[in-house]
Amino acid sequence: MKRRKWWLTAAGVLLTAVMLFPVYWMVNVSLTKTSSMRKSPPNLIPVDATLDGYSAVIHQQLPYLGTSLLVGIGTVAATLMVAAPAGFSLAKLRPLGGGGLSLLLLIAQMIPAIIMAMGFYTIYIKLAILGTVWGLILADSTIAVPFGVLIFTAFMSRIPEELLQAARIDGAGTVRTFLSVVVPVSRNAVVTVSLFAFLWAWSDFLFANTLDSGGGHQPITLGIYAYIGNNNQQWNAIMATAVVASIPAAVLLILAQRYVAAGVTAGAVKD
Amino acid sequence: MTAGRSRARSAVRHRDGAAKAAPSRARRTRLRHSTQWAAWGFIAPVVGYLAVFYAYPLYRNIDLSIRSYTVASFITGDAPYAGLANYSDIIHSSTFAPALINTAIFVFASIALQFTIGLALAVFFFRKFPLSGSLRALFLIPWLLPLLVSASTWSWMLNSDSGIVNALLNALSVGPVDWLTSPSWSLASVLIANIWIGIPFNLVIMYSGLQSISTDVFEAAAIDGASGWQRFWRITFPLLRPVSAITLLLGFIYTLKVFDIIWIMTRGGPATSSTTLAIWSYQLGFGSLLPDFSSAAAVGNVLIIIAVIFALIYIRVRSRLEAI
Repeated sequence: MKRRKWWLTAAGVLLTAVMLFPVYWMVNVSLTKTSSMRKSPPNLIPVDATLDGYSAVIHQQLPYLGTSLLVGIGTVAATLMVAAPAGFSLAKLRPLGGGGLSLLLLIAQMIPAIIMAMGFYTIYIKLAILGTVWGLILADSTIAVPFGVLIFTAFMSRIPEELLQAARIDGAGTVRTFLSVVVPVSRNAVVTVSLFAFLWAWSDFLFANTLDSGGGHQPITLGIYAYIGNNNQQWNAIMATAVVASIPAAVLLILAQRYVAAGVTAGAVKD
Repeated sequence: MTAGRSRARSAVRHRDGAAKAAPSRARRTRLRHSTQWAAWGFIAPVVGYLAVFYAYPLYRNIDLSIRSYTVASFITGDAPYAGLANYSDIIHSSTFAPALINTAIFVFASIALQFTIGLALAVFFFRKFPLSGSLRALFLIPWLLPLLVSASTWSWMLNSDSGIVNALLNALSVGPVDWLTSPSWSLASVLIANIWIGIPFNLVIMYSGLQSISTDVFEAAAIDGASGWQRFWRITFPLLRPVSAITLLLGFIYTLKVFDIIWIMTRGGPATSSTTLAIWSYQLGFGSLLPDFSSAAAVGNVLIIIAVIFALIYIRVRSRLEAI
């Protein structure tokens, strides 16, 4: 029995290694010298590693990273402000037409982003807000808001009625109950929604490329895209930027793994 | 399901309240009115949000598709009404058939392989061996990486001259394959990258599906002497059918939307060999110096119709499962 488990672990490690090989390769290429980039066969491990790629990131990509951070945080704020009250209402206050709204939110999640991008483009060009950071924040929030409402609704409907009743007996109005009772006990939902809203905004390329490609402040995805378009030779710089752009995903996975798993399954498995 | 349960609970509470305190009918109606106001106050932001950021862009999209918009139209503000001419144009375009076929191949091959591999891995990791939890968590990485990062990494791995994939094939005396630059391989290349990205999602969902099956069932089968293979096909797989249906439908809807990966890796080319409907729509609207927004919107609306049909099937399946 013990022996079999050991074999399973070995097989598991092997499968994981195969699955994560592209991630390793990204790191490996980011450390490869430009002169050995076209070597055949390529070096499997970074034998004479260089940090040239990373120094290019520091010299050229920091403003892009800053913009991405700002867009990510803005998207989280916008998403929470719209989604949390709606989740509370749908879970606890039983608004007329709530069922229809939930249905609309499910459908909204399924509209291809390319169509949203086109609609936003024609509106933004008219209002002359193409290339603004907050315009991009608003567009990016459409990726997360429907998901956010669904998560908050599912989570808040599990809050015991007694807790809300106690607040009501203490004389708290609905707004007060929401802010001082419901939001604090929904911390897990807030974390899950924030995490995904940030990650999606950080990773967005389509909205950035259509709505912000002429802007003064561009996110990191456009930084990488410009690299790919301009200098085909500097793959260590491209991959170094890719490694740096992956840091939020890695950090979130380490710090908040259970929230990630909760978010993935939320839409698909009935609770 | 949860909503239904809490509704039932609150109904019971209301009845209790009526029996004990018996508040006047007028007061109760007033109370209900005021809670309705509060309820609507809390969803008003999201309703307004949906109207401004979903309904209006969608309306603009439909409006674009039935007029002939050019760049000049945005400045002058007038675009002649064109009716369904744009739709007829795109259907008769030489790109329509390849784009539709590529979309179908891309979507069905992606979800079939993602699902099969994801399910196999879920069953494997469900056997709970040392490190299984940590390894399973590591499998999430491809799904969390920005799509642009994954797409550029795969581009370089599949590079004809300097890519690691061709170097490996060379060691096995196969190839080289022009992954991204040959019309017969470009769709396969973007498929490989997309399947890689989608495996974690399927793994996590199928794993949680396995967790929801009672262990008694497996134990009973094991006592009855069923082999591992029999247990999977006779017990696990049938019991996973509801979760599988949901996973496949979600996979379909998500894959239909895929844009970033294909655009970064091949831009839909060479020629139309990896052009899907989403890519074609983008090419028309933003891919050239002479944008054709009206045709782009028409292609986008065809995509929406397909997505909404499957979204409605998804919602139907989901509510039918919740009723069980």
